[in-house]
Amino acid sequence: MKHSPGHARVPLWVLAIATVGALFVVLPLVAIVVRVNWGQFIPLITSESSVDALLLSLRTSAVATVLCVVFGVPMALVLARTAFPGQRILRALVLLPLVLPPVVGGIALLYTFGRQGLLKEPMNLFGIQIAFSTTAVILAQTFVALPFLVLSLEGALRTVGTRYEAVAATLGAGPTTVLRRVTLPLVLPALVSGAVLSFARALGEFGATLTFAGSLQGVTRTLPLEIYLQRESDPDAAVALALVLVAVAILVVGLANQAGVRGRFSAGSLS
Amino acid sequence: MTLTFSAALPQRRFDVSFTLRHGETLAVLGPNGAGKSTLVNLIAGLLAPASGHAELEGEVLFGPGVSTPPHARNVALLAQDALLFPHLSVLENVAFGPRSSGASRRTARSTARTWLAEVGAAGFEHRRPGELSGGEAQRIAVARALAAEPRLLLLDEPMAALDVAVAPALRSMLRRVLAHRTAIIVTHDVLDAFSLADRVIVLDGGRIVDDGPTRSVLEQPRDPFTAGIAGLSVLHGIRTAEGLRTTDGDELRIAGGEDLEPGSACTLAIRPSSIRVSASRPAGAGNALRVGISDVEPRGDLVRLRAGALAADVTPATAADLDLGAGSTAWFAFRAEDAVLYSATR
Repeated sequence: MKHSPGHARVPLWVLAIATVGALFVVLPLVAIVVRVNWGQFIPLITSESSVDALLLSLRTSAVATVLCVVFGVPMALVLARTAFPGQRILRALVLLPLVLPPVVGGIALLYTFGRQGLLKEPMNLFGIQIAFSTTAVILAQTFVALPFLVLSLEGALRTVGTRYEAVAATLGAGPTTVLRRVTLPLVLPALVSGAVLSFARALGEFGATLTFAGSLQGVTRTLPLEIYLQRESDPDAAVALALVLVAVAILVVGLANQAGVRGRFSAGSLS
Repeated sequence: MTLTFSAALPQRRFDVSFTLRHGETLAVLGPNGAGKSTLVNLIAGLLAPASGHAELEGEVLFGPGVSTPPHARNVALLAQDALLFPHLSVLENVAFGPRSSGASRRTARSTARTWLAEVGAAGFEHRRPGELSGGEAQRIAVARALAAEPRLLLLDEPMAALDVAVAPALRSMLRRVLAHRTAIIVTHDVLDAFSLADRVIVLDGGRIVDDGPTRSVLEQPRDPFTAGIAGLSVLHGIRTAEGLRTTDGDELRIAGGEDLEPGSACTLAIRPSSIRVSASRPAGAGNALRVGISDVEPRGDLVRLRAGALAADVTPATAADLDLGAGSTAWFAFRAEDAVLYSATR
């Protein structure tokens, strides 16, 4: 799509304000690129603590994404395809981590899974220790990322509607077959983009992780925590790692967009 | 009986009972909101009745405290939109039913090929639904429904979303595949009923207002409502030696109807196109009725004048010359041989 100024479809003043807004988002990214010590870039991002943090981040975010899919798909299905009293309240509660400050989420997790938490007795019974472990990192990431998947998938399920599912049922397909062969393939693009968004959110997780999991190199110190820590002692390393995170984020947004485009395409062919 | 159906749904003011014989094709006619889609959805299991009982070949579809889920009913549904699964090829769409009932991939595909050939879509196997025209997609939807080997096939206005140009081809294909098949076709098109159905029920306001063999119901309608659907006007009255005395007291001379007892209740049907309209009493010995015009309705190249239960179609030029509007009076005349007289009871 080409827009020449002469054929602008929006008033010029809207364009002007939008430009300021876009600059506000883009300039800080430029500032990071400008500030990077390019001579030391490779050594900085390949130091032991950096590599530990990056690998830990990728590993935990991947597991958190899998957990989001495993629990988020059934949650989205229940929210989109069933009706029960209190459903609206439940939806609001499930989506709460989207708007909750992550540090509050961390405290909530600590008082659930911590040594003195709500589940201390069953956990002591099985000798499970979660707080301040890699598992805690994954739980914190899953907690904040799950709503992204549920939200995007629930929306897609509602858009697709139940007409294809009804036809499949009258053709003799039981509920599980309908889910496997009709519902999930139809919402696959939304599932992919939801999973990518969840992964991105997990990768950027900071507050809940620090509160619930602490900051132990190689165990709970993920990339955002490492960046925050290095900011004091080695600003060059912090900026270099920040750029790595920006690059990963751009990659992820690109992937999500790709899936979104395919999603809109298949949604368009439904009508 | 293959199907016995009786269901009520008070919140939709729906209360319908009927039975269907094995191999019988039933057309359900009625205006929008008459309950046609409710009927189809109740049988398919997409809607639950408040009360009632239905059985298909001895198996309960629903009843007090029971409801068989849609996938276990052996009832296939063909809707207005083809609703082919967009992520599957044409072949996999048609193979969906057999696969769901446990056939191997190979068997399901060969069944699918058979049905694609049956509907004249053999060359479409590897296409995606997005690449098909509306008529092609609906053909394949028919194949997909039949491949599931349903005991009962439901067709909910299958031609309504198609171009008028492709509807005749689909209609003749349906005529072939529906022969001797137990099926219910919901339609508002009398032509569908005439060409596809052995029997017709007419729904209005959630109730059956007429039920009988297609030609009998549509060519000798008993009530004005069914007559309207069939494109006829009806008058009720008593058989006289010469023809009919209407309930309004008009004496009409009608040819035919010799088998009807004088004094028995009779109905007369006439096409709006057979009625000539004039401002004053027409000369000659034909039938003429003085009527009050209730409605003037332009219909493409004709204008329909309504006068109570009667309707007359005139050209726009005639309508303009007569200068008739709602409330004015006119004479409706018709020839004795253009009307059909029959018993008011079936």
